Amino acid sequence: MINATANPQRIVLFGGTSDLGLEIVATYLRQFPAHVVLATRAQSTDRAAAEERMRAEGARSVRTVDFDAADPASHAATVEAAWADGDVDVAIVAFGQLGDADRLWRDQPRLVDFMTVNFTGAVSLGALLANRMTAQGHGQMIVLSSVAGDRVRRSNFVYGSAKAGLDAFFTNLGDALDRTGVRVLVARPGMVRTAMTAGLKDAPLTQDPDVAARQIVAAAQQGRRVVWVPAAFRLVSLVLHHIPGPIFRRLPL
Amino acid sequence: MEQEKVFLTGWGRTAPTPAHVVKPVSIDDLEAAWPRLRELSAGRGIIARGLGRSYGDPAQTSGGVVVDLTELRGLSIDPATATATAEAGVSLDQLLRAALPYGLWPPVLPGTREVTVGGAIGNDIHGKNHHSAGSFGNHVRWLELLLADGQIQRLEPEGATAELFWATVGGAGLTGVIVRAGLALESVETAYFIADNVKTGSLAETIAAHEDGSESRYAYSSAWFDAISGPPKLGRAAISRGNLARLDQLPAKLARDPLGFRADPLVTLPDVFPNHLANKATFSLIGSLWYAKSGRGQGKVQSLTAFYHPLDLIGQWNRAYGPAGFVQYQFVVPPAASGALPGLLQTIQQSGHYSFLNVFKLFGPGNQAPLSYPMAGWNICVDFPVTPGLETLLRRLDAEVLEFGGRLYTAKDSRTDAATFHAMYPGWPQWQQTRRQADPEGIFVSDLARRLELL
Repeated sequence: MINATANPQRIVLFGGTSDLGLEIVATYLRQFPAHVVLATRAQSTDRAAAEERMRAEGARSVRTVDFDAADPASHAATVEAAWADGDVDVAIVAFGQLGDADRLWRDQPRLVDFMTVNFTGAVSLGALLANRMTAQGHGQMIVLSSVAGDRVRRSNFVYGSAKAGLDAFFTNLGDALDRTGVRVLVARPGMVRTAMTAGLKDAPLTQDPDVAARQIVAAAQQGRRVVWVPAAFRLVSLVLHHIPGPIFRRLPL
Repeated sequence: MEQEKVFLTGWGRTAPTPAHVVKPVSIDDLEAAWPRLRELSAGRGIIARGLGRSYGDPAQTSGGVVVDLTELRGLSIDPATATATAEAGVSLDQLLRAALPYGLWPPVLPGTREVTVGGAIGNDIHGKNHHSAGSFGNHVRWLELLLADGQIQRLEPEGATAELFWATVGGAGLTGVIVRAGLALESVETAYFIADNVKTGSLAETIAAHEDGSESRYAYSSAWFDAISGPPKLGRAAISRGNLARLDQLPAKLARDPLGFRADPLVTLPDVFPNHLANKATFSLIGSLWYAKSGRGQGKVQSLTAFYHPLDLIGQWNRAYGPAGFVQYQFVVPPAASGALPGLLQTIQQSGHYSFLNVFKLFGPGNQAPLSYPMAGWNICVDFPVTPGLETLLRRLDAEVLEFGGRLYTAKDSRTDAATFHAMYPGWPQWQQTRRQADPEGIFVSDLARRLELL
């Protein structure tokens, strides 16, 4: 159960080795001890380190379940396994890949695989989580979208369009779950310094994962539906949405 | 029986969850409906609910079935044996009003009369007379419990059924649905108290006033204390102590109707208060006024409402905290831990979280119920509006309370973690075993049971 001070008892991280995902769980653990379930690829080499880290952050227990984002048919069994010890209070959807847009759109099989993980896998899981949480009458989903999915840019449009679809799905799923006791928070971070972005140059408003995670957890605890991370991206978005297409296309974004 | 899915919270108005709420009109009605309720609960559990005065989550079960027992109000008083037979939904207000004409009195009254007999047993509630009378369960002669299989079993405090009886007392509804109970009542000559009020100037004086032997002269005692002012005022208290008046102690005017009792709410608060009204400025002001108005004086004749239940004069007073709700933090530490009290109060006072409705009472010995809260020691209750950072303070208090051998109260707690709670109740494994025997399929489940991993 999520207690009176909005702290959960059991947290499941889908994308169980995601830096930002682990940081969100750690932020919860620093406030209150919880059971943690990490859903990762069976062959993930970072699994043991992630488990160790969650223990060090004060998790009451840590367990892993096998999760393959690219195989939606297996998701029902993964969700079942995540729920094996009882109700899940917070489910974090934190998996995804970055990819080079120009290479992906020219390689159709790889494009389909990419979309299966980043979009289809996420909404497949979202539907199962929604059913499971509706039946238990409570629950918080935290879904990592991106500012890249807000006004999608030419330079990053494959990743951006997957996030745009994911964002649209989960914001509306949250509305569909009104009056069920289930909440959905869609987090739209800008660039966060994690393994996924290692080697990339810092974009404007780039943050460290612990700073981003604190804002995301605070938003979830306040019951919000959308959070821009950092908040300034909300204004950036407003501006970008009002730039006419002919000009937007020429911007070096 | 009506049936709808509604969101429920406790009195603190935190952590709402939805459940099917059914309201049986009789015990027969409940028994007949039982197989259907089990089906309706769809594996999410069934739990009983009374008047919803527990602060946290013991009377709600997310996605399951909540049985609202407030229509089960059958009550009879037997003056010859000074006992009452009450159905679970009888409120202590109803019991008091029915018993008084016979010169009888409920043996234990908590800070509000708006609780049911079922809830009083399930939480093993206490009152201002805990040091002289013990808790509610001590006065239950028998009870009838609807078990998971739909059968009603009669339980008594001694003999073959004693184990399940004491697991049900303080058992938070997790052994079954209490449907009826036999209660021992106290004989009284009047419905008034002879009260002595003293004010202390510091925590040391407050503790001393409870340790100098004067407590034993009073059947009833509790204190309001200051948790906002810094030392030396921190812990200063208005101690209110008294005994039920004999007829010859009443002035002539009251003696004409010594057992008369009237107390309707003066006002019911509307649900319009914002979240930030409960702050340091308003709490300091109200606290100072409360301390100032608390009389000194010996031998004052006071009505039950004045002596005991001032908050019952304001209906729905919990709304004053605004929609974010509030957390009540009640703990007891052993008598020898009086040295821990200054540190605990300073932790609260320096935290930046402010509490105004503060209660201080020295408990007498507890009973044998494994999950009963009261035990000999210093009982302290404070409450806080839910604001960021509150959990950090409460985690710190949890650790200190546990370290000094103290515990929290299921009727008040809405946020501690399972491991802390288990460590506070050494009788918990034994209780769990009894519970599992009585309800092997785990039909009785509440949000509290899930949160504190009691099942």
